[in-house]
Amino acid sequence: MKKAKLVLEEGSIFAGKLFGAEKDSAGEIVFNTSMTGYQEILTDPSYKGEIVCMTYPLIGNYGINEDDFESFKSHVNGFIVREFAEEPENWRLQKRLEKYLKENGITAISGIDTRALTKILRRQGTMRGIITTENLSNDKLIAKAKKAPGLSGRDLVSMVSRKTVEKFGTQNKYRVVLVDCGAKNNIKDSLLERNCEVIIVPASTTAQKILNYKPDGVMFSNGPGDPEDADYVSETIKELLGEVPIFGICLGHQLLGRACGAETYKLKFGHRGANHPVKDLSGNRVYITSQNHGFAIKEESLAELDLELTHINVNDGTVEGFKHQKYPAFSVQYHPEASPGPEDSHYLFDQFVEMMR
Amino acid sequence: MPKREDINKVMVIGSGPIIIGQAAEFDYSGSQACRALKEEGLEVVLVNSNPATIMTDENMADRVYIEPLTVESIIEILKKENPDGLIPTLGGQIALNLAIDLAETNILEDLNVELLGTPIETIEKAEDRNTFKKLMNEIGEPILDSKIAENIDQAAEIAAGIGYPVIVRPAYTMGGTGGGVADNLEELKEITARGFKHSLIGQVLIEKSIKGWKEIEYEVMRDKNDNCIVVCNMENFDPVGVHTGDSIVVAPSQTLTDKEYQMFRSSALKIIRALGIEGGCNVQYALDPESFQYYIIEVNPRVSRSSALASKATGYPIAKVSARIALGYSLDEIENAITGKTTACFEPALDYVVFKIPRWPFDKFHYADRDLGTQMKATGEVMAIERNLEASMLKAVRSLEIGRYGFYLEEFRKMTDSEIREALFKADDNRLFVIAEALRRGWSVDKVHQITEISTFFLHKLNNIINLEYKLDANKNKIESERELLKRAKEIGFSDSEIALITEKSEEEIKAIRDQLNLKPVYKMVDTCAAEFEAETPYYYSSYEKVNEAEPTEKKKVMVIGSGPIRIGQGIEFDYCSVHSAWTLNEEGYESIIVNNNPETVSTDFDTSDRLYFEPLTKEDIMHIIDNEKPEGVICQFGGQTAVNLAEPLAEAGVEILGTSVDSIDLAEDRDRFIGLLNELDIPVPAGEVAASLTEAEKIAAEIGYPVLVRPSYVLGGRAMEVVYNAKELEEYMKNAVKVSPDRPVLVDKYLTGTEIEIDAISDGETVIVPGIMEHVERAGVHSGDSIAVYPPHRLTENLKEKAVEYTEKISRALNVKGVVNIQYVVSEGKIYVIEVNPRSSRTIPYLSKVTGVPMVDLATKALLGKKLKDLGWESGLVPEKSHFAVKVPVFSFSKLTQVDTNLGPEMKSTGEVLGLADSYEKALYKGLIGAGLEIPRQGTILATIADKDKDEAVEYIKDFAELGFKIAATEGTAAALNEKGLKVEIVKKLGDGSPDSLELISDDQIDLVINTLTKGKIPERDGFKIRRSAVEMGIPCLTSLDTTRAMLKVLKEIEHGERIEYKALQDYQK
Repeated sequence: MKKAKLVLEEGSIFAGKLFGAEKDSAGEIVFNTSMTGYQEILTDPSYKGEIVCMTYPLIGNYGINEDDFESFKSHVNGFIVREFAEEPENWRLQKRLEKYLKENGITAISGIDTRALTKILRRQGTMRGIITTENLSNDKLIAKAKKAPGLSGRDLVSMVSRKTVEKFGTQNKYRVVLVDCGAKNNIKDSLLERNCEVIIVPASTTAQKILNYKPDGVMFSNGPGDPEDADYVSETIKELLGEVPIFGICLGHQLLGRACGAETYKLKFGHRGANHPVKDLSGNRVYITSQNHGFAIKEESLAELDLELTHINVNDGTVEGFKHQKYPAFSVQYHPEASPGPEDSHYLFDQFVEMMR
Repeated sequence: MPKREDINKVMVIGSGPIIIGQAAEFDYSGSQACRALKEEGLEVVLVNSNPATIMTDENMADRVYIEPLTVESIIEILKKENPDGLIPTLGGQIALNLAIDLAETNILEDLNVELLGTPIETIEKAEDRNTFKKLMNEIGEPILDSKIAENIDQAAEIAAGIGYPVIVRPAYTMGGTGGGVADNLEELKEITARGFKHSLIGQVLIEKSIKGWKEIEYEVMRDKNDNCIVVCNMENFDPVGVHTGDSIVVAPSQTLTDKEYQMFRSSALKIIRALGIEGGCNVQYALDPESFQYYIIEVNPRVSRSSALASKATGYPIAKVSARIALGYSLDEIENAITGKTTACFEPALDYVVFKIPRWPFDKFHYADRDLGTQMKATGEVMAIERNLEASMLKAVRSLEIGRYGFYLEEFRKMTDSEIREALFKADDNRLFVIAEALRRGWSVDKVHQITEISTFFLHKLNNIINLEYKLDANKNKIESERELLKRAKEIGFSDSEIALITEKSEEEIKAIRDQLNLKPVYKMVDTCAAEFEAETPYYYSSYEKVNEAEPTEKKKVMVIGSGPIRIGQGIEFDYCSVHSAWTLNEEGYESIIVNNNPETVSTDFDTSDRLYFEPLTKEDIMHIIDNEKPEGVICQFGGQTAVNLAEPLAEAGVEILGTSVDSIDLAEDRDRFIGLLNELDIPVPAGEVAASLTEAEKIAAEIGYPVLVRPSYVLGGRAMEVVYNAKELEEYMKNAVKVSPDRPVLVDKYLTGTEIEIDAISDGETVIVPGIMEHVERAGVHSGDSIAVYPPHRLTENLKEKAVEYTEKISRALNVKGVVNIQYVVSEGKIYVIEVNPRSSRTIPYLSKVTGVPMVDLATKALLGKKLKDLGWESGLVPEKSHFAVKVPVFSFSKLTQVDTNLGPEMKSTGEVLGLADSYEKALYKGLIGAGLEIPRQGTILATIADKDKDEAVEYIKDFAELGFKIAATEGTAAALNEKGLKVEIVKKLGDGSPDSLELISDDQIDLVINTLTKGKIPERDGFKIRRSAVEMGIPCLTSLDTTRAMLKVLKEIEHGERIEYKALQDYQK
């Protein structure tokens, strides 16, 4: 295996070994604390632009299977692990992680002190970085890392959004238009399970076009990057508010907020994992949620708006969900579709279906 | 809504003595709970019969009752204390069963005592197989197609319907007592018969055997608001078939995809909600390795062994949180003590691998059946933490202290291929090592998997270790230049000694090479959140990573070496001592550092010491910590033999050992030097010599006269020690039990029959405090750990007491003991002899501290820090004796270990102990025996089979029993002796002489008490063995010592005279 380095813009250099695609890679370095679910994480389009470090040290233990993809390919800009399994075991196993990454052109590095890396990211925030096999001086490597593309100022959503319309469950009772900002498969599947027809449309689809489908409800999915860069979708939401029930997840939640006048900001190191406690303020219940976001809604910005805060993060008090006070619209910052992560929040899909009744 | 305001006083029930299936984990959970309750400002009443625990310390609860855990005593205490609430879910199965029994008596309603936390209906729902099955069917959770049998015929019918093999499990037991896998009708009959006896409700469950499936466990918590979380999941290395307590376990799960992980998570939460548990709960699953199909194996509606492991594996304090939930808090109202910023309502994220290996007692029980199955046999366990699985496994192996530091082992290399194959098939304590050997021989992972059904994922990890062994071997001549290889070896957990063994160098040489190459570990923190949040918990493990997180502080610091896994001879008592020592260090202004690897203990709670290192207790592992922390000194006298054994190697490495010097330790342990010293001090010792051959031994024995006590000089702690009565037995012993050679001589000592007494003293080298003298009820020759011990002595003359104290002072000063010392004496024909001096804490310290009120570990710690006991207000000599009596009674786990002789001898067999406290010796003994689980009959039939040498004495006692109204049955010889004294008894046939013989009577439940003394000598006396064994299996008390028989007789006589048993808190005795 080739030697490789992970270089952070703040100057840290970690020596490790290359185990995915044999090419250099650049992006925003983030960490995820899920102990299972690397296949779902790798194929979650929201990670576009990000190099993901898994904090659990043994990754690839059960290989890659046919069923657990969240999209048709891997979207991460790179993958960082302490150790990957060379000899995985699981009855559904199709191929080893390493092979999958190679086939998908994903650069990956192993053998680094991922805990030390995580602590840097926690203290200084997520940052730019590169995975490289180049034999350059440290200064030059750091200079390169500083030039890695960030998450803001570019339209990552359009890079992962479907270009064409896809329909599923056409015989089902409720018709939902799912606006694909980088949707995970399980959003569609969760709707199908609830007797919904799902029409997946590109993120750039206009409000009128969406309404032309005569939907019972519209969903705005998760997706990558800075919500500011996807404000064209917020515009669509503005037009749909009041016309049809709306449910937003993750980026969809941020965009619904922006459509209503809320502001978004970048979190220091985001929430990425499967153990985030979220309190449902209506019933004082706490749910363990699956999360993957680097941006969030500013709570103060909700003050004068028609939005009612419904969910908060128990750890840091950040906004996790709200609903519109006048129109049938609500959204959450986390992932009720799970995959990976706890299934506690499936009930939100039921609420959405209830809204469409 | 936060805490309930209507609860001011709470009673907690502990788990009683340590037995197989119920070890130290409940001291950890009980102590955590008591502390949490006290922090909430509640008055806490604690009941536990186990005096070796931290939880029974006077400062852990406002009212501490060291009393038997019986319905009778709990009711009396409830009446006396009148608490508002009762928490039964933190004291294991014992406490849970008591709660169920209490609920049946209506006493809780009568006294208006509320059961806190999980409601009684929930406990019953989870514990009664039928209702549990119904509930699972209702919520659609799969349980095995199993049926309940209440008699053997029913069992046979059910088994025929399901098809063999079937698993038999008794309902309402702990540690799987009495269960097993039956392959045919014959086995079924045997197992179910045992199962009925052990089930509290006379039921056994028969189900399909799913041997070979993956075994997965989930630890979940729920609060009153229905918030639920998973603390940890675990995957067993051993597939289904081996009791989870006997299984090697890895956390978190390794081979489950997220789909499977979440499938179980959702299932576990569904179950805890359906049951309505408020607190912690453990769910065990079996997963088909080829599909999503699973079954629920078991649900424990309480804090369990697994939750102790989960707590230590994640840093999430399950017991503390459970206690707060019981008081009415919701999870999000409880702080996460590790981060101090987040709440208890989250799921820990691990960024390391945890490996647990059980510790089995087969090193003590040579003849025990080592096969592992549904009946748990381990006495304790070790846990290791590392960043990869191989290293975690190797750390766990060396933590076991079984003389193995890796997998490169001569003993397994001698096995033939067919022996290997056979050993792989049956799971026993050695299987991990056999697998390693098979892989070393080039057997493929798939082949080993086919035989063992262990996941190939785990087998490949083991294979990585073997492959590295080969690489080290191939490079052994140039290992000093192979930095990458050595780095890899260290990364995946090879110890220096293992590398040395493979490369044919010394450990020191490897260390020097490693130092040269700058290869050393760093320490990482266990923080519940994979570094996502800042954490201040000083809970560390080592790893060959880049960045060290255990930055030492500027404070002056002292390290306490813990005692490792619970095993026979080294129990929870040493954890008690380590914890107290750390507390005192703290009070004295030192930063305390604990090193230990036992997940079941209080010492490995991250808030017991200032800094906790969860590491193997080997010289290398400890030296790494010392290099990092640079403590002023290390305390080795509280961690049992484990810690004492480390004193010399650490001292050699330049470490300051606090307290008694290494030379003094050697002086006490080296026989020649020791005898020399005692002669100098003019203190008598039993005559004896060292023998390097059989001829020499025979000569010595002839000189000093039989019986003699023989033991190998190189083994400590009573292992392979025996009393032999004649030349033939001596020959037998020398030829079979030990392989004598000039390098490995045998000690031959005069065996003195007399009363054994024991003293624990505290000394600073000048002042020698003797808190109390303990007298053993059994005669010398029974290991002190297995003896019933009485404080204060009730048969010892003042003169002898003075002598014992005088000798203790002399020896302590001569050895310049700083700290504690334990001395054992035997009184024979009015003279007192020293048998043994242990310059370390002993297992009697916790209970002696409690009954005398002398803070022994506290004083000892201060003494070894250099303080003068005189300045602390103490003077030499015996502390005035208390007016109450304390009787320590050992507790055995014979029912879990088949083929072990229950007769007591010089080798320790007990797993735990209880204490009986009362104002008279007899009542204290009675409480002790009851507390130890002896169902002392007040009437019924006694079966007496007495050896000839004991007949004269025994006859008197048996006559008295008959006078109390007992019916007597006796074997021929005994019956004849009784007849002679005018006592008519039923004659029972000897085994093989026809019906009814003694075994038949026992298994027909016609006997209520057995008195059986061993025939003179050591030759396996088959009838006696069988009688004792079947008594154990049928749960009938069996007395093998006439001393205990006499004492018991005395108690029964008192009760006959209408005496009442009173229950008092420790605090009341100290007044």
